[in-house]
Amino acid sequence: MNTGYNFAYLDEQTKRMLRRAILKAVAIPGYQVPFGSREMPLPYGWGTGGIQVTAAVIGADDTLKVIDQGADDTTNAVSIRRFFARTTGVATTEKTVEATVIQTRHRIPETPLSDGQIMVYQVPIPEPLRWLEPRETETRKMHALADYGAMHVKLYEDIARYGHIATTYDYPVLVNGRYLMRPSPIPKFDNPKMDHSPALQLFGAGREKRIYAVPPYTSVKSLDFEDHPFEVQRWDQACALCGSTESFLDEVVTDDKGGRMYVCSDSDYCGERQKDQMQ
Amino acid sequence: MYVAVKGGEKAIDNAHALMAQGRRGAESVPELSLEQISGQLSLAVERVMTEGSVYDRDLAALALKQAQGDAVEAIFLLRAYRTTLPRFGSSQPVETGSMAIRRRISAAFKDLPGGQVLGPTYDYTHRLLDFALAAEGGARAPVAENPEPVEAAMPRVTDVLGHQGLIEPSGEGAEVPGDLTRQPLNFPAGRDLRLQNLARADEGFVLALAYSSQRGYGNTHPFAGEIRMGEVAVELVPEELGFAIEIGEITLTECQMVNQFKGSKTVPPQFTRGYGLSFGHCERKAMAMALVDRSLRAEDLGELVSNPAQDQEFVLYHSDNVEASGFVQHLKLPHYVDFQSELEMIRRLRRENAEAAQ
Repeated sequence: MNTGYNFAYLDEQTKRMLRRAILKAVAIPGYQVPFGSREMPLPYGWGTGGIQVTAAVIGADDTLKVIDQGADDTTNAVSIRRFFARTTGVATTEKTVEATVIQTRHRIPETPLSDGQIMVYQVPIPEPLRWLEPRETETRKMHALADYGAMHVKLYEDIARYGHIATTYDYPVLVNGRYLMRPSPIPKFDNPKMDHSPALQLFGAGREKRIYAVPPYTSVKSLDFEDHPFEVQRWDQACALCGSTESFLDEVVTDDKGGRMYVCSDSDYCGERQKDQMQ
Repeated sequence: MYVAVKGGEKAIDNAHALMAQGRRGAESVPELSLEQISGQLSLAVERVMTEGSVYDRDLAALALKQAQGDAVEAIFLLRAYRTTLPRFGSSQPVETGSMAIRRRISAAFKDLPGGQVLGPTYDYTHRLLDFALAAEGGARAPVAENPEPVEAAMPRVTDVLGHQGLIEPSGEGAEVPGDLTRQPLNFPAGRDLRLQNLARADEGFVLALAYSSQRGYGNTHPFAGEIRMGEVAVELVPEELGFAIEIGEITLTECQMVNQFKGSKTVPPQFTRGYGLSFGHCERKAMAMALVDRSLRAEDLGELVSNPAQDQEFVLYHSDNVEASGFVQHLKLPHYVDFQSELEMIRRLRRENAEAAQ
């Protein structure tokens, strides 16, 4: 453990500022709280928002899991896990069930979350309306007025042109019946896991300086239409390693002749299933 | 078979080792010292200090050495160091009017109190590669002694104009200026925060915006009223003393642009100001900053906001090279999951298209 810095790198004043922002975010589910994001020793885009949120909530007794694309051994997940191991000395784990804090980029674990767990999402662009309206001054007004017609029109236009809603990840959700929220770029496959989750879900966008939250057991509804209900991705294949037909599969190209195989993106879930099958 | 597509701790360690090797270069060549960098690559050091928001030549030189000369990476290193520093107070506003002048020029007046002082500049060099420099050493031409010292009184051109009421007053600053490294930016942003943002902004970005304003995307009709470079004292009022004490001296480049303004319903015709300031001798940056500062004042002055350089959200949200570099380069992080989702959608749409065509 590196003792040259405060516990979890940030000074206590900064952590207090972050905790205030987090409390406000929890009190207004789905609302984006501006905060004084600090310049972290990792680049913007690598998860500086998630890292600040984790640093604000992590304690010496916590067990931390970090995933990127569902896997614990992707380079950025390794790097962030090392950062907290160095600056906090907390226990780390790859097992979803053992973790008290899970920082993630782009996935929610397949294993259901439980009471007392905290999910920390890394968020690149927090504003769900950003690609419809580039101005922050405008989108803040739209949220204040719950003026989300533009998003429904966008989804409707998808259906008119393609026959489907063509958004496949970072699929917009309505939180607690009030605020439109970006779930971060998780596949829409993961959206249903957010709804009434027993875990506290915190979202940190460092470069954009916003924190938002979904408290436990809060409604998270993916936008849809009565005649075009929300649906998630399905695969014709099962995982080539563990045989799961329930999980999100990554496509792995095996040669240059069109050969490919499908494996679970959640490395912990896949590994545990393989272990069970060995016994 | 299943190819290992996921990297691990070993790969990261090796990546760092490879970079360290590249940084050192050939072992037969002596290693660069920080003194060499700060003494001989001083303009690079000063850019890193300006955009890194830390006035420390040694740290900036170290950042440049560690970053293999990559300015944006060095700025990032310095910024990440800066966040951990405690704030123990704010200095008094520095008095650039009493700067120890090394260079001072005005493009608005042929002569003025204090005179024109050309000082160090590349402005009138012929850009011919100097092969003598490649041969190392070689005695340099001695600097001619100035027969008379620079005049002590060197009033700012904007103050000269101000006496006659021809230029708008500089405006009262906030008692305690905002700090966007502590508080998130809100819009509309005050001029204190806009200037802070521009001072930290990427030189290339500010330069391009300033250039665009000169080429018709929001012309501000500027004159370089004055550019001055030299040393100023930094003063602090410690709470327990109650009076200002000098804590050091820094080198600054200041640019005051004087811009035409035809007046509005409430304001008579007068010149308006654009302000640029940098650590060290970053003249290009200071001039570009002054142009963009004036452009961003369009709304306050009742001018039409219709060009990028006048648009607060556009300029202030995209000016920071540490933010921009991070977000552009994060695209090289894995996006397997999102890409897989898109693959699935494209295949489905193609299948449906093909079925519909039959």
